[in-house]
Amino acid sequence: MLRLEKRPSPSRFWQMATPVLAVVLTMIAGGLMFALLGKNPVEAIRTIFYDPLFNPQFAAYSRPQLLVKAGPLILIAIGLSLGFRAGIWNIGAEGQYIMGAICGAAVGLAFYPSESVLIFPAMVLAGALGGWAWAMIPAILKTRFRTNEILVSLLLVYVAEAILASMALGRLRNPEGGGFPGSRNLSKWEASANPELIAGTGMHWGVVAAFIAVIAAYILLQRHILGFQIKLAGQAPRAARFAGVAPTKLVVLCMGLSGGLAGLAGLFEVTGPAGQISIDFGSGYGFTAIIVAFLGRLNPIGILLAGLLMALTYIGGELAQFMLGLPSAAIQAFQGMLLFFLLAVDLLSNYRIRLAKRGVA
Amino acid sequence: MKRRTLLTTAALGLGLAFGGAAHAQAMDKVKACFVYVGPIGDGGWTYQHDQGRLAVEAAYGDKVETAYQENVPEGADAERVLTQMALSGCNIIFTTSFGYMDPTNNVAAKFPAVKFEHATGYKRDSENVSTFGARFYEGRAVIGTIAGRMTKTNKIGYIASFPIPEVIRGINSTFIHAKKVNPDVTISVVWAYTWFDPAKEADAAKALIEQGIDVIVQHTDSTAPLAEAAKTDGIIGFGQASDMAAYKPSPRVSSIIDNWAPYYVKRVGALLDGTYAQVDSWEGISAGEVEIGEITDAVPAEVKAEAEAIRDAIGSGTYHPFTGPLNKQDGSVWLTEGQTAPDGDLLGMNFYVEGVTGDIPQ
Amino acid sequence: MDLGGINPAVLIASLMVASVPIMLAALGELVVEKAGVLNLGVEGMMIMGAICGFVTAVETGSPFLGFIGGALGAMALSLIFAFLTQVLQANQVATGLALTLFGLGLSSLIGQGYVGIKPPATAIVPFGPLADIPVVGRILFSHDPVVYLSIALVAGVWAVLKFSRTGLVIRAVGESHDAAHALGYKVTRIRILAILFGGAMAGLGGAYVSLVRVPQWTDGITAGAGWIALAIVVFASWKPWRILIGAYLFGGITVLQLNLQAAGARIPVEYLSMSPYLITILVLVIMSSGKGRASLNAPVALGQNFHASR
Repeated sequence: MLRLEKRPSPSRFWQMATPVLAVVLTMIAGGLMFALLGKNPVEAIRTIFYDPLFNPQFAAYSRPQLLVKAGPLILIAIGLSLGFRAGIWNIGAEGQYIMGAICGAAVGLAFYPSESVLIFPAMVLAGALGGWAWAMIPAILKTRFRTNEILVSLLLVYVAEAILASMALGRLRNPEGGGFPGSRNLSKWEASANPELIAGTGMHWGVVAAFIAVIAAYILLQRHILGFQIKLAGQAPRAARFAGVAPTKLVVLCMGLSGGLAGLAGLFEVTGPAGQISIDFGSGYGFTAIIVAFLGRLNPIGILLAGLLMALTYIGGELAQFMLGLPSAAIQAFQGMLLFFLLAVDLLSNYRIRLAKRGVA
Repeated sequence: MKRRTLLTTAALGLGLAFGGAAHAQAMDKVKACFVYVGPIGDGGWTYQHDQGRLAVEAAYGDKVETAYQENVPEGADAERVLTQMALSGCNIIFTTSFGYMDPTNNVAAKFPAVKFEHATGYKRDSENVSTFGARFYEGRAVIGTIAGRMTKTNKIGYIASFPIPEVIRGINSTFIHAKKVNPDVTISVVWAYTWFDPAKEADAAKALIEQGIDVIVQHTDSTAPLAEAAKTDGIIGFGQASDMAAYKPSPRVSSIIDNWAPYYVKRVGALLDGTYAQVDSWEGISAGEVEIGEITDAVPAEVKAEAEAIRDAIGSGTYHPFTGPLNKQDGSVWLTEGQTAPDGDLLGMNFYVEGVTGDIPQ
Repeated sequence: MDLGGINPAVLIASLMVASVPIMLAALGELVVEKAGVLNLGVEGMMIMGAICGFVTAVETGSPFLGFIGGALGAMALSLIFAFLTQVLQANQVATGLALTLFGLGLSSLIGQGYVGIKPPATAIVPFGPLADIPVVGRILFSHDPVVYLSIALVAGVWAVLKFSRTGLVIRAVGESHDAAHALGYKVTRIRILAILFGGAMAGLGGAYVSLVRVPQWTDGITAGAGWIALAIVVFASWKPWRILIGAYLFGGITVLQLNLQAAGARIPVEYLSMSPYLITILVLVIMSSGKGRASLNAPVALGQNFHASR
């Protein structure tokens, strides 16, 4: 009979080795699924994991796209991870992402067609504020009325989606768009565009912001008293109170930070890759970022790697779909499997597996 | 500076994929690619586009290779998917949702040798972008006629998706033709704010039925409204996008079918024989792009004959569904006696015709 | 009473039907959370229930077997969650979200041959003359069996949690797994059983969507109902009867806003369509700011993993 024994501290070796092990296991299980669907499993796996990075036909384009796709995921996940560490559950980053984009776009479009260089910075500010304000609703309801923040932040996602639809069809609709929904294209208006900064790298301001957020979060958690308070509040709430951590302040701070970063991600997305406010602007980044945050074990560097891995499965999955005719559902299931295995093998870094004598239970 | 970065990327993409292939000459083999907004299993919009793809395969056999990608969100992801398709050697790419308009034009600018066909849009920024749509309002005229004749409560319910010209055209066309055969008819519009949410569509149908409506017209893509109508006697509805034949003979008494096959077959064929040119195509019943599904026996023979007569008149070009005199909702004159609506008015339609109650959400 | 052309009896009757899926799923999740486990994979389990129920009903021709199939299908999926979180100690939040992703994909793969088919109809319980009583007949005696079953299940879960030993054990495990373990309860086993129960209920709710509410299969048919179910659990502050209230409130406003539109009420559509969410938040704020201290009802050990370290 096998028995688990908790390690005093997570094993360094296994922390490095488990992701690799998980990917290998997913390749086996996923390959099996692809074979059942009548596709060549080796080819499918190669298309998902290898082609976006090294295929001469695609890689020059796909590799930078990894950053474009991972950027918003990382930016949002970093913000969320701080709250999650402190036991503050912001599940509604998707809503904050949408509101950031709407507020930023609205501020920019108010000045159309000016070419002032101040417009983009103003939009960035408005985007962060929009996401921050949307996150402040659950934060304040929690601190004032003890209302559960999971519920409020989640329900506000649906409200944000309704506002998005109404904006795309009403206030922010492109007056020159022939009555069709959707705003002016922000990425084509010089003053509001968030273009690739260095050609062929995929780096746009959102990716830069994501990297800055990773570094800032790393320093915050390692060196700053606030990082210590956040960690303490999550691990030992009572002790934290004795140590002088004000729970109210922490809630407002963590929710605000995660909302602001989600809002920023939305703004960089709407001015860059997405280009415009449209009914379908929200594409689930806010939810996927929750997975990224946990996959990265709430650790900034981990989140960076997890975000890139998720992006790889998205882009590789897209290639596999049209190159091999795999249904998109199979890719979704495959991503689910990868997550399962990553989470499952995490056991090895926290526990030792021992052979136990029968009857000890 | 920003423009230049764009151009260098473009040059890079070009250099990778092509050695300067000349166009407007016959090809031995075409790779046709399709980008879908929903799953091909949606039973509606995307399903019909995929039927068109299969028709292309059936028509040209070995001379064509097709590939598709489903569930592609509009926006950033679409641009990447399109670029990867172009890099993979697609000769013609059909982008089948309005929201792909900017991504299609952006990518087309970088790949001049690849043909792009965008559904329901109006931007053709470069020579290799064509747009295509279907005059669904022609089908709505036929359905409106049946609806006007069939309603006993004189109330027609309309489940609308989003307040965009395409949907407003449909509401107006349905109402005008129902009113023509039944002057007492009124229309109630419920905006579902979704193209596809079966549970919500079912709720909307139910709400309409509870308000005394006995004919339901839908401009959302699931069969849920028909399934809801089937629960109550005497309620009828129409298939939308695909035939929805499972609900024959009632509540589904007829349907509007999006048939993209003729257009797709034509365009891929043109590419094969070297006659391909940029177009802005907006065809209807006459080209077979809009089909009226079988009118079942639940409809009296004379109503069926009347509906088919309208269908044929539209198909032969002798009748335009928007023919004056027609006033706007506020009573101002839109079309005078005998005048037909110019396409420009129809494409940007953002008003109801006289007699429709309620406001268009803004 | 006549609310601008809306018949309240009809409205109540239809909100009772509209609320069934979220009510069942929320009830299952309540038991799971009472046992101290947070399973965010409700949406994934619901959609697995929807497809498995649909396939079973179509293949056997029996809606009854369909519901069983739906419950079993979702239960199988929840077993993955149970194994990962209880045996392998994986993070519950992330595993739950992964479960949703996986469930959405897998259901769509299974359902590829089932698009556009009509399932066998679920009959309405024959109450005979009772159904003809004005108002009451329409509200109380015009439904299919699952509507009644869902209410009975709420009562059942309430009674079990409150009065039975089983309920006591479940609550003990959710409040403090270490104490429960010290008392000799098998924490892991109890939690796995609770997760399976939650899966079965979510599956039942999903099957209700594909067999009764919408009667058809399409990809993504549950359209976010699982998320609403999760919200309802918190809204109900982990009390079974409040699940009923929460589900009826949410379902009621959803139905009402469409009825208001159909009746031609002059309220902007965008406000109507966000009203179910806003009103749910508002009611929760009022409830949690009152004396009830609703938010403090959360099981203490919710979301924490348990490992008997000896």
